[in-house]
Amino acid sequence: MTVAPASKPLPAGTPAPDFTLPSGPDSKVRLSELRGKPVILVFYPADWSPVCGDELALFNEVLPEFQRYDAQLLGISVDGVWCHRAYSDARHLNFPLLADFEPKGAVSRAYGAYRQQDGFSERALFVIDRDGVIRWSYLSPVEVNPGADGILSALEQLPSHAAHAGTES
Amino acid sequence: MSRLTPAVTDSDHILGPPNAPATLVEYGDYECPYCGMAFPIVEAVRRRMGDDLRFVFRHFPLTRIHPHAQHAAEMAEAGAEWGKFWQMHALLYQNQQALEDPDLLLYAAQVGIPPEEAVTALRTHAFAPRVREHFRSGVRSGVNGTPTFFINGVRHDGEWDEPSLIAAVQNAALEGSRR
Repeated sequence: MTVAPASKPLPAGTPAPDFTLPSGPDSKVRLSELRGKPVILVFYPADWSPVCGDELALFNEVLPEFQRYDAQLLGISVDGVWCHRAYSDARHLNFPLLADFEPKGAVSRAYGAYRQQDGFSERALFVIDRDGVIRWSYLSPVEVNPGADGILSALEQLPSHAAHAGTES
Repeated sequence: MSRLTPAVTDSDHILGPPNAPATLVEYGDYECPYCGMAFPIVEAVRRRMGDDLRFVFRHFPLTRIHPHAQHAAEMAEAGAEWGKFWQMHALLYQNQQALEDPDLLLYAAQVGIPPEEAVTALRTHAFAPRVREHFRSGVRSGVNGTPTFFINGVRHDGEWDEPSLIAAVQNAALEGSRR
Protein backbone atom coordinates (compact mmCIF):
# COMPACT_ATOMS: atom_id res chain seq x y z
CA MET A 1 0.00 0.00 0.00
CA THR A 2 1.46 3.36 -0.99
CA VAL A 3 0.82 6.26 1.36
CA ALA A 4 3.13 8.72 -0.38
CA PRO A 5 1.58 12.07 -1.27
CA ALA A 6 0.55 12.19 -4.91
CA SER A 7 2.65 14.31 -7.26
CA LYS A 8 0.92 17.18 -9.01
CA PRO A 9 2.10 17.34 -12.61
CA LEU A 10 2.02 20.82 -14.17
CA PRO A 11 -1.45 21.26 -15.69
CA ALA A 12 -2.55 22.26 -19.20
CA GLY A 13 -2.08 25.94 -19.90
CA THR A 14 1.25 26.21 -18.03
CA PRO A 15 4.29 27.39 -20.01
CA ALA A 16 6.62 24.38 -20.11
CA PRO A 17 9.71 25.07 -17.95
CA ASP A 18 12.73 25.21 -20.24
CA PHE A 19 15.61 22.80 -19.66
CA THR A 20 18.82 21.54 -21.19
CA LEU A 21 19.64 17.88 -20.55
CA PRO A 22 22.23 15.47 -21.93
CA SER A 23 20.90 13.11 -24.59
CA GLY A 24 24.24 11.28 -24.81
CA PRO A 25 27.88 11.60 -23.76
CA ASP A 26 28.45 14.47 -26.24
CA SER A 27 25.00 15.83 -26.96
CA LYS A 28 22.34 17.91 -25.27
CA VAL A 29 18.71 18.72 -25.95
CA ARG A 30 17.26 22.12 -25.10
CA LEU A 31 13.48 22.18 -24.96
CA SER A 32 13.09 25.75 -26.25
CA GLU A 33 15.08 24.85 -29.37
CA LEU A 34 12.23 22.52 -30.35
CA ARG A 35 9.72 25.41 -30.64
CA GLY A 36 7.65 25.03 -33.78
CA LYS A 37 6.90 21.37 -33.28
CA PRO A 38 4.85 19.63 -30.61
CA VAL A 39 6.91 17.86 -27.94
CA ILE A 40 5.90 14.79 -25.95
CA LEU A 41 7.72 14.39 -22.62
CA VAL A 42 7.65 10.89 -21.15
CA PHE A 43 8.94 10.82 -17.57
CA TYR A 44 9.52 7.27 -16.33
CA PRO A 45 11.05 5.72 -13.19
CA ALA A 46 14.06 3.85 -14.55
CA ASP A 47 15.78 2.20 -17.49
CA TRP A 48 15.62 -1.61 -17.41
CA SER A 49 12.71 -1.99 -15.01
CA PRO A 50 10.33 -4.44 -16.71
CA VAL A 51 7.26 -2.21 -16.82
CA CYS A 52 9.18 0.75 -18.25
CA GLY A 53 10.58 -1.49 -20.94
CA ASP A 54 7.07 -2.11 -22.10
CA GLU A 55 6.10 1.55 -21.97
CA LEU A 56 9.06 2.82 -23.97
CA ALA A 57 8.92 -0.12 -26.38
CA LEU A 58 5.27 0.75 -26.97
CA PHE A 59 5.95 4.44 -27.60
CA ASN A 60 8.86 3.48 -29.86
CA GLU A 61 6.46 1.41 -31.91
CA VAL A 62 3.90 4.23 -32.03
CA LEU A 63 6.49 6.79 -33.24
CA PRO A 64 5.10 6.84 -36.81
CA GLU A 65 1.71 7.88 -35.41
CA PHE A 66 3.32 10.69 -33.39
CA GLN A 67 5.30 11.78 -36.44
CA ARG A 68 2.09 12.34 -38.36
CA TYR A 69 1.74 15.34 -36.04
CA ASP A 70 5.42 16.28 -36.48
CA ALA A 71 5.81 15.65 -32.75
CA GLN A 72 9.17 15.04 -31.04
CA LEU A 73 9.16 12.37 -28.32
CA LEU A 74 11.63 12.67 -25.42
CA GLY A 75 12.08 10.12 -22.63
CA ILE A 76 13.35 11.42 -19.27
CA SER A 77 14.57 9.55 -16.20
CA VAL A 78 17.27 10.06 -13.56
CA ASP A 79 19.52 7.42 -15.15
CA GLY A 80 22.87 8.59 -16.52
CA VAL A 81 23.87 8.89 -20.17
CA TRP A 82 25.76 5.57 -20.39
CA CYS A 83 22.90 3.68 -18.84
CA HIS A 84 20.49 5.36 -21.27
CA ARG A 85 22.74 4.45 -24.19
CA ALA A 86 22.95 0.77 -23.26
CA TYR A 87 19.22 0.62 -22.67
CA SER A 88 18.35 2.45 -25.87
CA ASP A 89 20.65 0.20 -27.92
CA ALA A 90 19.20 -2.93 -26.36
CA ARG A 91 15.62 -1.88 -27.11
CA HIS A 92 16.32 -0.23 -30.48
CA LEU A 93 14.74 3.01 -29.33
CA ASN A 94 14.45 5.67 -32.03
CA PHE A 95 13.97 8.71 -29.81
CA PRO A 96 16.29 10.44 -27.31
CA LEU A 97 16.48 9.50 -23.65
CA LEU A 98 17.46 12.48 -21.51
CA ALA A 99 19.46 12.12 -18.30
CA ASP A 100 17.87 14.10 -15.44
CA PHE A 101 20.94 13.10 -13.49
CA GLU A 102 22.67 16.25 -12.17
CA PRO A 103 21.27 17.92 -10.21
CA LYS A 104 19.33 14.73 -9.76
CA GLY A 105 15.71 14.94 -10.81
CA ALA A 106 15.72 18.74 -11.18
CA VAL A 107 13.66 18.73 -14.39
CA SER A 108 11.30 16.07 -13.09
CA ARG A 109 10.74 18.24 -10.00
CA ALA A 110 10.08 21.33 -12.13
CA TYR A 111 7.31 19.42 -13.91
CA GLY A 112 5.82 18.01 -10.69
CA ALA A 113 6.88 14.53 -11.79
CA TYR A 114 9.38 13.47 -9.13
CA ARG A 115 8.94 10.91 -6.37
CA GLN A 116 10.90 12.46 -3.54
CA GLN A 117 10.44 9.41 -1.33
CA ASP A 118 11.79 7.04 -4.00
CA GLY A 119 14.36 9.26 -5.69
CA PHE A 120 13.12 8.72 -9.24
CA SER A 121 10.69 10.22 -11.75
CA GLU A 122 6.99 9.55 -11.81
CA ARG A 123 5.36 7.85 -14.76
CA ALA A 124 4.06 11.11 -16.24
CA LEU A 125 3.23 12.37 -19.72
CA PHE A 126 3.16 15.92 -21.09
CA VAL A 127 2.16 17.20 -24.52
CA ILE A 128 3.65 20.63 -25.25
CA ASP A 129 2.39 22.70 -28.18
CA ARG A 130 4.45 24.46 -30.84
CA ASP A 131 4.68 27.59 -28.68
CA GLY A 132 6.04 25.81 -25.64
CA VAL A 133 2.84 25.63 -23.60
CA ILE A 134 1.73 22.42 -21.88
CA ARG A 135 -1.57 21.33 -23.46
CA TRP A 136 -2.08 18.02 -21.68
CA SER A 137 -0.53 16.20 -18.76
CA TYR A 138 -1.16 12.85 -17.16
CA LEU A 139 0.16 11.06 -14.10
CA SER A 140 -0.09 7.27 -14.21
CA PRO A 141 0.19 4.98 -11.20
CA VAL A 142 3.83 3.84 -11.20
CA GLU A 143 2.80 0.21 -11.74
CA VAL A 144 0.48 0.91 -14.69
CA ASN A 145 1.83 1.70 -18.15
CA PRO A 146 -0.04 4.54 -19.75
CA GLY A 147 -1.05 3.78 -23.32
CA ALA A 148 -0.54 6.25 -26.15
CA ASP A 149 -4.25 7.07 -26.55
CA GLY A 150 -4.14 10.19 -24.37
CA ILE A 151 -1.09 11.55 -26.18
CA LEU A 152 -2.71 11.05 -29.59
CA SER A 153 -5.95 12.72 -28.50
CA ALA A 154 -3.96 15.68 -27.16
CA LEU A 155 -1.93 15.98 -30.38
CA GLU A 156 -5.12 15.81 -32.40
CA GLN A 157 -6.55 18.73 -30.46
CA LEU A 158 -3.57 21.04 -30.93
CA PRO A 159 -4.75 24.13 -32.84
CA SER A 160 -2.55 23.88 -35.92
CA HIS A 161 -3.05 20.16 -36.31
CA ALA A 162 -5.13 20.61 -39.46
CA ALA A 163 -2.36 22.52 -41.22
CA HIS A 164 0.15 19.77 -40.55
CA ALA A 165 -1.62 16.44 -40.54
CA GLY A 166 -5.08 17.22 -41.85
CA THR A 167 -4.40 15.74 -45.26
CA GLU A 168 -3.36 12.37 -43.83
CA SER A 169 -6.00 9.72 -44.04
CA MET B 1 -10.51 5.13 -18.62
CA SER B 2 -9.21 3.47 -21.78
CA ARG B 3 -11.93 1.93 -23.94
CA LEU B 4 -11.87 -0.35 -26.95
CA THR B 5 -11.95 1.72 -30.15
CA PRO B 6 -13.44 0.69 -32.48
CA ALA B 7 -15.80 -1.80 -30.86
CA VAL B 8 -15.91 -5.40 -32.05
CA THR B 9 -17.26 -5.74 -35.60
CA ASP B 10 -18.06 -8.62 -37.95
CA SER B 11 -14.66 -8.26 -39.57
CA ASP B 12 -12.91 -9.17 -36.31
CA HIS B 13 -11.59 -12.65 -35.54
CA ILE B 14 -14.25 -13.96 -33.16
CA LEU B 15 -14.78 -17.16 -31.19
CA GLY B 16 -18.05 -17.60 -29.31
CA PRO B 17 -21.63 -16.45 -29.78
CA PRO B 18 -22.38 -12.84 -30.78
CA ASN B 19 -24.88 -12.46 -27.94
CA ALA B 20 -22.51 -13.67 -25.21
CA PRO B 21 -22.79 -11.46 -22.08
CA ALA B 22 -19.00 -11.07 -21.87
CA THR B 23 -16.55 -10.13 -24.59
CA LEU B 24 -12.82 -10.56 -24.05
CA VAL B 25 -10.56 -8.81 -26.56
CA GLU B 26 -6.83 -9.49 -26.62
CA TYR B 27 -4.26 -7.34 -28.38
CA GLY B 28 -1.29 -9.63 -28.87
CA ASP B 29 2.03 -10.26 -30.56
CA TYR B 30 2.98 -13.77 -31.72
CA GLU B 31 6.60 -13.39 -30.63
CA CYS B 32 5.86 -11.88 -27.21
CA PRO B 33 6.60 -14.42 -24.46
CA TYR B 34 3.87 -12.99 -22.21
CA CYS B 35 1.32 -13.45 -25.00
CA GLY B 36 2.60 -17.01 -25.31
CA MET B 37 1.91 -17.48 -21.60
CA ALA B 38 -1.54 -15.97 -22.08
CA PHE B 39 -2.52 -18.37 -24.88
CA PRO B 40 -3.34 -21.43 -22.71
CA ILE B 41 -4.89 -19.14 -20.10
CA VAL B 42 -7.31 -17.70 -22.64
CA GLU B 43 -8.09 -21.24 -23.81
CA ALA B 44 -8.89 -22.21 -20.21
CA VAL B 45 -11.07 -19.12 -19.74
CA ARG B 46 -12.97 -19.96 -22.93
CA ARG B 47 -13.56 -23.55 -21.80
CA ARG B 48 -14.74 -22.39 -18.40
CA MET B 49 -17.10 -19.70 -19.75
CA GLY B 50 -18.58 -21.66 -22.66
CA ASP B 51 -21.30 -19.73 -24.46
CA ASP B 52 -21.07 -16.88 -21.96
CA LEU B 53 -17.91 -15.61 -23.61
CA ARG B 54 -17.01 -14.14 -26.96
CA PHE B 55 -13.25 -13.93 -27.58
CA VAL B 56 -11.65 -11.59 -30.09
CA PHE B 57 -7.99 -11.34 -31.10
CA ARG B 58 -6.37 -8.29 -32.66
CA HIS B 59 -2.73 -7.87 -33.70
CA PHE B 60 -0.31 -5.65 -31.85
CA PRO B 61 3.17 -6.60 -33.11
CA LEU B 62 6.05 -4.81 -31.34
CA THR B 63 8.27 -5.08 -34.38
CA ARG B 64 11.32 -3.27 -32.99
CA ILE B 65 11.85 -5.80 -30.22
CA HIS B 66 10.21 -8.80 -31.93
CA PRO B 67 11.60 -9.09 -35.45
CA HIS B 68 9.34 -12.01 -36.43
CA ALA B 69 6.08 -10.64 -35.07
CA GLN B 70 5.00 -8.73 -38.15
CA HIS B 71 5.35 -11.63 -40.60
CA ALA B 72 3.68 -13.98 -38.14
CA ALA B 73 0.69 -11.63 -37.88
CA GLU B 74 0.52 -11.32 -41.67
CA MET B 75 0.52 -15.12 -41.98
CA ALA B 76 -2.31 -15.35 -39.47
CA GLU B 77 -4.26 -12.93 -41.65
CA ALA B 78 -3.41 -15.02 -44.72
CA GLY B 79 -4.87 -17.94 -42.79
CA ALA B 80 -8.04 -15.92 -42.22
CA GLU B 81 -8.47 -15.62 -45.99
CA TRP B 82 -8.74 -19.40 -46.08
CA GLY B 83 -10.95 -19.65 -42.99
CA LYS B 84 -7.99 -20.89 -40.94
CA PHE B 85 -7.21 -17.93 -38.71
CA TRP B 86 -7.64 -19.74 -35.39
CA GLN B 87 -5.68 -22.81 -36.51
CA MET B 88 -2.81 -20.55 -37.55
CA HIS B 89 -3.15 -18.50 -34.34
CA ALA B 90 -2.76 -21.66 -32.24
CA LEU B 91 0.18 -22.96 -34.28
CA LEU B 92 2.02 -19.66 -33.95
CA TYR B 93 1.60 -19.53 -30.18
CA GLN B 94 2.56 -23.18 -29.82
CA ASN B 95 5.75 -22.60 -31.83
CA GLN B 96 6.91 -19.19 -30.66
CA GLN B 97 10.56 -20.18 -30.80
CA ALA B 98 10.29 -21.00 -34.53
CA LEU B 99 8.84 -18.04 -36.42
CA GLU B 100 11.27 -17.60 -39.32
CA ASP B 101 9.66 -17.31 -42.74
CA PRO B 102 10.30 -21.01 -43.62
CA ASP B 103 8.59 -21.98 -40.36
CA LEU B 104 5.61 -19.79 -41.22
CA LEU B 105 5.34 -21.46 -44.64
CA LEU B 106 5.41 -24.84 -42.94
CA TYR B 107 2.51 -23.85 -40.66
CA ALA B 108 0.65 -22.46 -43.66
CA ALA B 109 0.98 -25.85 -45.36
CA GLN B 110 -0.19 -27.58 -42.18
CA VAL B 111 -3.43 -25.59 -42.01
CA GLY B 112 -4.04 -25.95 -45.74
CA ILE B 113 -3.09 -22.61 -47.28
CA PRO B 114 -1.86 -23.28 -50.84
CA PRO B 115 1.95 -22.90 -50.74
CA GLU B 116 2.13 -20.33 -53.54
CA GLU B 117 -0.50 -18.17 -51.76
CA ALA B 118 1.49 -18.29 -48.53
CA VAL B 119 4.71 -17.30 -50.30
CA THR B 120 2.94 -14.46 -52.09
CA ALA B 121 1.41 -13.23 -48.85
CA LEU B 122 4.83 -12.87 -47.26
CA ARG B 123 6.47 -11.40 -50.35
CA THR B 124 3.83 -8.77 -51.18
CA HIS B 125 2.84 -7.97 -47.59
CA ALA B 126 -0.74 -8.12 -48.79
CA PHE B 127 -2.02 -8.37 -45.23
CA ALA B 128 0.22 -5.72 -43.69
CA PRO B 129 -2.45 -2.98 -43.93
CA ARG B 130 -4.88 -5.11 -41.95
CA VAL B 131 -2.27 -5.76 -39.27
CA ARG B 132 -1.52 -2.04 -39.18
CA GLU B 133 -5.22 -1.30 -38.81
CA HIS B 134 -5.35 -3.57 -35.77
CA PHE B 135 -2.24 -1.92 -34.34
CA ARG B 136 -3.67 1.56 -34.77
CA SER B 137 -6.94 0.58 -33.15
CA GLY B 138 -4.88 -0.77 -30.24
CA VAL B 139 -3.02 2.50 -29.86
CA ARG B 140 -6.36 4.36 -29.91
CA SER B 141 -7.79 1.98 -27.35
CA GLY B 142 -4.94 2.54 -24.89
CA VAL B 143 -3.06 -0.72 -25.33
CA ASN B 144 -0.16 -0.39 -22.88
CA GLY B 145 1.91 -3.49 -23.53
CA THR B 146 1.34 -7.02 -24.78
CA PRO B 147 -0.88 -8.71 -24.09
CA THR B 148 -3.53 -6.07 -23.29
CA PHE B 149 -7.04 -7.32 -22.57
CA PHE B 150 -10.33 -5.48 -22.83
CA ILE B 151 -13.39 -6.90 -21.09
CA ASN B 152 -16.71 -5.60 -22.39
CA GLY B 153 -14.83 -2.72 -23.95
CA VAL B 154 -12.87 -1.58 -20.87
CA ARG B 155 -9.13 -2.10 -20.50
CA HIS B 156 -8.36 -4.78 -17.92
CA ASP B 157 -5.53 -3.36 -15.79
CA GLY B 158 -5.63 -6.21 -13.27
CA GLU B 159 -3.75 -9.50 -13.26
CA TRP B 160 -4.43 -11.99 -16.06
CA ASP B 161 -3.48 -15.27 -14.48
CA GLU B 162 -6.22 -17.85 -14.98
CA PRO B 163 -8.24 -17.32 -11.75
CA SER B 164 -8.02 -13.51 -12.05
CA LEU B 165 -9.07 -13.44 -15.69
CA ILE B 166 -11.92 -15.89 -15.09
CA ALA B 167 -13.16 -13.79 -12.15
CA ALA B 168 -12.99 -10.59 -14.20
CA VAL B 169 -14.80 -12.14 -17.15
CA GLN B 170 -17.45 -13.71 -14.89
CA ASN B 171 -18.13 -10.31 -13.30
CA ALA B 172 -18.47 -8.77 -16.73
CA ALA B 173 -20.82 -11.57 -17.80
CA LEU B 174 -23.05 -10.88 -14.78
CA GLU B 175 -23.18 -7.18 -15.61
CA GLY B 176 -23.55 -7.91 -19.30
CA SER B 177 -26.55 -10.21 -18.77
CA ARG B 178 -28.32 -7.56 -16.65
CA ARG B 179 -28.27 -5.04 -19.47
